[in-house]
Amino acid sequence: MQTTTAAPVARAPGDAAGAGRRRKRAGGRSRRRALAGLGYAAPTAAVVGLLFLVPLVLVVWMSLHHWPLLGNPTFNAPKNYTDVAHNTLVATAAWFTVKYTVVTTVVLFTISFGLALMVQHPRPGVGLLRTAFFLPAAVGFATASLLFLGFLSSAIGPVNPVLEHLGLINAPVDWITGSPGGALASTVTLVTWRFAGFNMLILLTGLQAIPVELYEAARMDGCSRWQTLRRITIPLLRPTIALVLIVMTTGSLLAFDQFYILTKGGPDDSTTSVVMVIVREAFVRFDLGSSAALSVLVLLVLLVLNVVQLSFLRRREEK
Amino acid sequence: MMTTRTARRRAAGLGYYGTAGALAILFLLPLAWSGWASVRTPHGFGLASYRNMIHYGDGIGTYLRNSLEVTAMTVAGTLAVSLLGGYAFGRFRFPGKNLLFLATLAILMVPYPTILIPLYVLLGWLGLQNSLAGLAAVLVMFQLPFATFLMRNSFEAVPQELEDSAAVDGCGTFTALTRVMIHVVRPAVVTVGLFAFLAAWNEFFAALILLNSSDKFTLPLAVVDMEGRTFGSIDYPTLQAGVVFMAIPCLFLFLLLQRSYVRGFMSGALRG
Repeated sequence: MQTTTAAPVARAPGDAAGAGRRRKRAGGRSRRRALAGLGYAAPTAAVVGLLFLVPLVLVVWMSLHHWPLLGNPTFNAPKNYTDVAHNTLVATAAWFTVKYTVVTTVVLFTISFGLALMVQHPRPGVGLLRTAFFLPAAVGFATASLLFLGFLSSAIGPVNPVLEHLGLINAPVDWITGSPGGALASTVTLVTWRFAGFNMLILLTGLQAIPVELYEAARMDGCSRWQTLRRITIPLLRPTIALVLIVMTTGSLLAFDQFYILTKGGPDDSTTSVVMVIVREAFVRFDLGSSAALSVLVLLVLLVLNVVQLSFLRRREEK
Repeated sequence: MMTTRTARRRAAGLGYYGTAGALAILFLLPLAWSGWASVRTPHGFGLASYRNMIHYGDGIGTYLRNSLEVTAMTVAGTLAVSLLGGYAFGRFRFPGKNLLFLATLAILMVPYPTILIPLYVLLGWLGLQNSLAGLAAVLVMFQLPFATFLMRNSFEAVPQELEDSAAVDGCGTFTALTRVMIHVVRPAVVTVGLFAFLAAWNEFFAALILLNSSDKFTLPLAVVDMEGRTFGSIDYPTLQAGVVFMAIPCLFLFLLLQRSYVRGFMSGALRG
């Protein structure tokens, strides 16, 4: 008794004309539903089209023009792109951004993974620990950057007094703006504090998908904790680890807020990231074309990186 | 032998709770310090920093109103667009469905600092330069991949019988959505709303690019502006008062809606 219509329709046996009418009505119904679906999807289409696809085309179009902040654009391709090659700040920023990404990813991943392992198994108080580790992630990132501006400052921050008390330093250190190394370390500390709990939670969702029986079997077999980690946890967690690493590297390559607010790109442009250069080209040098050209390059690099990382992950999964 | 094993287990437990507890304190310390620093005065404790913060620039009321406006528009816009979109993707078949869904998810693949410069130009053409509505529209777009994905999954999980019985009762598709379906997908609505709220309330970068007069500044822009406006010496305690002021609603909402938050995470993490 299968009918082609989605809704059950009373069947009048042997009535050919009725069946034809019904079929037509079924067609009309699915057409009506398709129209309704299109109607409900229209706002999504409008937002995605106008605010995502148009800007995506526009950024390429802008990159082919001399496009001052005020005034009329004129076609000048490929000057914006050739200028990028001669812009020494771009090279410094690109190198710094890569360095920052490597350091952040290593530190942040190690700590996030450690925290996730720590709160993996249920035991008394583990919920409180999870909440404590995650709480910094509930605060906005700009807010967290401002918090660390004070926390790490030599003016009112508690870090210098504590270290002096412990005898680790002799005089107050200007962590944020004192030296390029200090500025980098300050930023990595801030990012680790703000994002470790966030990544811990993603890793935890992966960890909890591992069957408890596997751990019990490993314990029966007398596996050490290190063996369990290497033979069970890490292999089964690989997809989640890959996801977390992709999110971390992408986020770090696009870093902006922490440098703009905490280090202001200094000292001496030593912590100027690529996205900071994009903003500087647009709103300090008033050259939107050059800013767009840099945007297109960053976009391409990240797209390639994401595709490579994803296909690498896919292949690992198939094995 | 029994006793040594108990002793060893107790020592291990002590080690675990010692390490974990110390780490937890380390993570909570900056938050607690910020609250403490914001009420410190040269002569003890008081609310002088909060008084400074309230009277900063155009007055904190202006920035708070701007922030609330952007946040309300972003949350309402994200919910409206993703609710209808999720309904369409989850329950209907129409031409271009898969293409539109992929285009929506593709927003995630494009790093958002790279399309803010063209968005700045585009909003200028639309007469939305330096406008809170323009900023909110952009924030809705950035929320859409996650929101649409979550909504579509929730609508897909609604049993067919429920939709059928609404149809039998004579409901049109829209009435079915507002009378029946919306109650079933309520958890997704809470999660999407929470994420949109946190994103809009805390957004710094998009606001920095798209807003350029201080009467339009949102709270994060205004507080960061405080940092730069005082020449030479930064007024750190007032900054920390601003930090506390911005952080409290987020911490409160997170603790209240922790479950919705974690659910959002799971669905986001599983996309990998």
